[in-house]
Amino acid sequence: MNVRARPTRAEVEPGAALPETFTGARALEVEEALIFEIGRRDATGVDIEPPAPVASRLGPHAREKALDLPGLTEPEAVRHYVRLSRQNYAIDLGIYPLGSCTMKHNPRLNEKMARLPGFADVHPLQPESTVEGALMVMAALADALLKMTGMSAVAMSPKAGAHGELCGMMAIKAAIEARGEAEQRKVVLVPDSAHGTNPATAALLGFSVRAVEAGDDGVVSAEAVKNALAPDVAAIMLTNPNTCGLFEREIVGVAEAVHDAGAYFYCDGANFNAIVGKTRPGDLGVDAMHINLHKTFSTPHGGGGPGAGPVALSERLAPFAPVPFLAREGDALRLVEHAEGTQSFGRMTAFHGQMGMFVRALAFILSHGADGLRQAAEDAVLSANYIRACLNDVMSAPFGDRVCMHEVLFDDRWLKDAGVTTLDFAKAMIDEGFHPMTVYFPLIVHGAMLIEPTESESKASLDLFIMTLRDLAFAVQAGKKERFLSAPVYAPRRRLDETRAARQPVLRWTRPSAL
Amino acid sequence: MRYLPLDVEEREVMLARVGVSDIEALFADIPADKRIAGLMDMPRAMSEMAVDRKMAAMAARSRPAGSMPFFLGAGAYKRHIPASVDHLIQRSEFLTSYTPYQPEIAQGTLQVLFEFQTQVAALTGMEVANASMYDGSTACGEAMLTAHRLTKRRKAILSGGLHPQYADVAATLAHMAGAAIVQLPPDVKGAEDLAAAIDGETSCVIVQSPDFFGNPRDLKPVAAAAHAKGALLVAVFTDPVSLGAVRSPGEMDADIAVGEGQGIGNALSFGGPYVGLFATRMKNLRQMPGRLAGETVDADGRRSFVLTLSTREQHIRREKATSNICTNSGLCALAFSIHLTLLGEAGLKRLAAVNHANAVRLADRLSAIPGIEIVNAHFFNEFTMRTPRPAADLIEDLASRGVIGGLPASRLLPDAGLDDCVIVASTEVNDDDDRAAYARALAECL
Repeated sequence: MNVRARPTRAEVEPGAALPETFTGARALEVEEALIFEIGRRDATGVDIEPPAPVASRLGPHAREKALDLPGLTEPEAVRHYVRLSRQNYAIDLGIYPLGSCTMKHNPRLNEKMARLPGFADVHPLQPESTVEGALMVMAALADALLKMTGMSAVAMSPKAGAHGELCGMMAIKAAIEARGEAEQRKVVLVPDSAHGTNPATAALLGFSVRAVEAGDDGVVSAEAVKNALAPDVAAIMLTNPNTCGLFEREIVGVAEAVHDAGAYFYCDGANFNAIVGKTRPGDLGVDAMHINLHKTFSTPHGGGGPGAGPVALSERLAPFAPVPFLAREGDALRLVEHAEGTQSFGRMTAFHGQMGMFVRALAFILSHGADGLRQAAEDAVLSANYIRACLNDVMSAPFGDRVCMHEVLFDDRWLKDAGVTTLDFAKAMIDEGFHPMTVYFPLIVHGAMLIEPTESESKASLDLFIMTLRDLAFAVQAGKKERFLSAPVYAPRRRLDETRAARQPVLRWTRPSAL
Repeated sequence: MRYLPLDVEEREVMLARVGVSDIEALFADIPADKRIAGLMDMPRAMSEMAVDRKMAAMAARSRPAGSMPFFLGAGAYKRHIPASVDHLIQRSEFLTSYTPYQPEIAQGTLQVLFEFQTQVAALTGMEVANASMYDGSTACGEAMLTAHRLTKRRKAILSGGLHPQYADVAATLAHMAGAAIVQLPPDVKGAEDLAAAIDGETSCVIVQSPDFFGNPRDLKPVAAAAHAKGALLVAVFTDPVSLGAVRSPGEMDADIAVGEGQGIGNALSFGGPYVGLFATRMKNLRQMPGRLAGETVDADGRRSFVLTLSTREQHIRREKATSNICTNSGLCALAFSIHLTLLGEAGLKRLAAVNHANAVRLADRLSAIPGIEIVNAHFFNEFTMRTPRPAADLIEDLASRGVIGGLPASRLLPDAGLDDCVIVASTEVNDDDDRAAYARALAECL
């Protein structure tokens, strides 16, 4: 199959240097200066009528110092940001196989819905009689999340996955305090394969972290958990499916052991997308689980947020959920905004959570329905296994031929003798027009490469990706190191000097001093 | 299903390549008795048209701020956002990209973050800003924890003028992290004695200006009192446009400035997503939470940007990280940055002046109504008015007349004895007709 539209320049003219250009641009690839270099303090792209003449009521508080902020007119600003945007990779450009990040298609209907004035132009503190539609969306999404998780309650306000983790662990801490065991239970069990946020969250709440090692098969055994449990343990934080892309097959035994020891089971739900419609965390014995709406329900990642991290809670933890929460009074919905008179552990954020993300997630869920959600999970898992099956003869998988869930993990044993690192391999993928997979995570696998295709890729897209990785693997075997060590050469930038960035931090623009 | 490209035949071919006959074989690790038999108890897939209709029907049951005279602020502000802002943030390359972990193909996002950091530092008068936090309230909580790390003390003093929900967030965090909080009582006039509350165990004083009730505060004496006792000043703001008119946290010697950025570039959206701003002095850099974009060069020597100093962050430091925060609020930070670039210094100052003038004209108009008293000596675009009848009922009555008149203080401070207080905001969106409608409706309701 001919997958390339045209030969590369290197194939036509081996060794030919690219000609210089006057601007430094390369046709559609253009450089863009900083707003501070092209803007002017007196320029503006917003026409504002002069203020009515009034006597100032600012008193002695009026600002005197200049701000030194540049302005651009609208055409200049539009061009600036459009030019910058073209230096970004995006899921709309191609497969974005970042394991554990879940880069699936972002339906544009969801963007349209989030911008309806009844959602986007509603103030969080309007009288409740004027926000019925917004409350309906929150309630509808909460109901859907409860059905999918089989849990008792859902806290909607956490702003992102790590914030949801914090919420779940705060609920656990509050429950332990309510039992009068706060002084006794000071330890949280965290497997060494966990996301870095897990130990950071536990530490923030004053827990010490006790590591639990996964077995050689990549999953945590109930036996290992039993051995780590003691009267000082408050909870376990376990990711399922885990960061190696494996379902924790002993999860029910783990949950029983944890509960028998009087502790709680926090499940990191970052990978919930693999099991929606297949099993319910509540049935597996989970007490708290955050759900990344930006992963499982495809609210756009936006270059690093905003996310949203509602937390599903078991019956034992539900009373401790943060405010605000929704209460039903007959057919009416009411916001409970104060913790007084409840067992709620308090408030995690001003207002009510990421409404814009709730609307998008609900549109995603309604669009898919029960059948589409299950199919999405199945397609994601099938696609990951297809990649695994098509690559495991040329790359090395740490857990052999084992079936994976929505993401497939490789290590760097197959690169070891070639003088090519995981990073080099990832950078070579950039030259091929792909965003690399997640690299060097999870930490328990040497030189990890974690590939998550999601359900959004067509078979043709998967096949091109697979053929490209095979071609790169053959280049490794053939000793063509240069293709890797110099990569990327076709990206808007070649490799960056990250050491310099950290050693001599330049974190803002400063006006060059006059020569 | 319109979002799923694989068809039945392709699935069969792929299963065969994997070497299993049935999709269930790939889920074999799930205990058999825990698998969902059949479909979840939820509706089936819906067409785009059907979802559009269903959700539009829900949206129609809320009353948008733009559909009525609107004078509510209290931490979120109704603004006119230029059309180009929303157009630009919907560029695929911004909307559908991930955190810029591969900088060679993410310079767009990284340069925007570098520009954003510079803008926030300039706006707040501070030396360095991060690439954004979830929102103002969580940024405030993180500032408290940062001050604890910097001073190695564990007690924060919260001003009675701090937004009550910001105070609740800080109190929850402090309780859960085993730290102490001293919360001063709600202070309508901004006359509290913060200096007297500071002692040798105080890590920071957290003060909002303009405060929750609209009073701009002179933070210089508070900063001096804090510094004399080895404590830090955390300055909070909830409307970034205010900084075009009032003195910045940096000018008033704050050590950390945090605030809500929604008021520039971001829709009300019923409370989120918003964008938290966090800025400080360079000497505090290593304890600052959140992501940072920094300048460097690539292998060809070209100026480039990259996420840096990640040794502070959880994915490297794990339990020793400065914070558990993983995401920032990238797209909202982009909207903020674009809107502020469009405004520029001249536009921001003029926008702030219009906000102030509209609030002054509103205050004058309302205070002419018998029984209405404006509490504030000074204010920017928000003030507190005392009314002769309970404010919560009054605001409901005004809403039934099609006017959103502000926030009854009792909604957020139910037991503070402020039942007669309404916090009223005015921005550039309010015109003479709005003010006339408010005055007319208020007079009718008294």
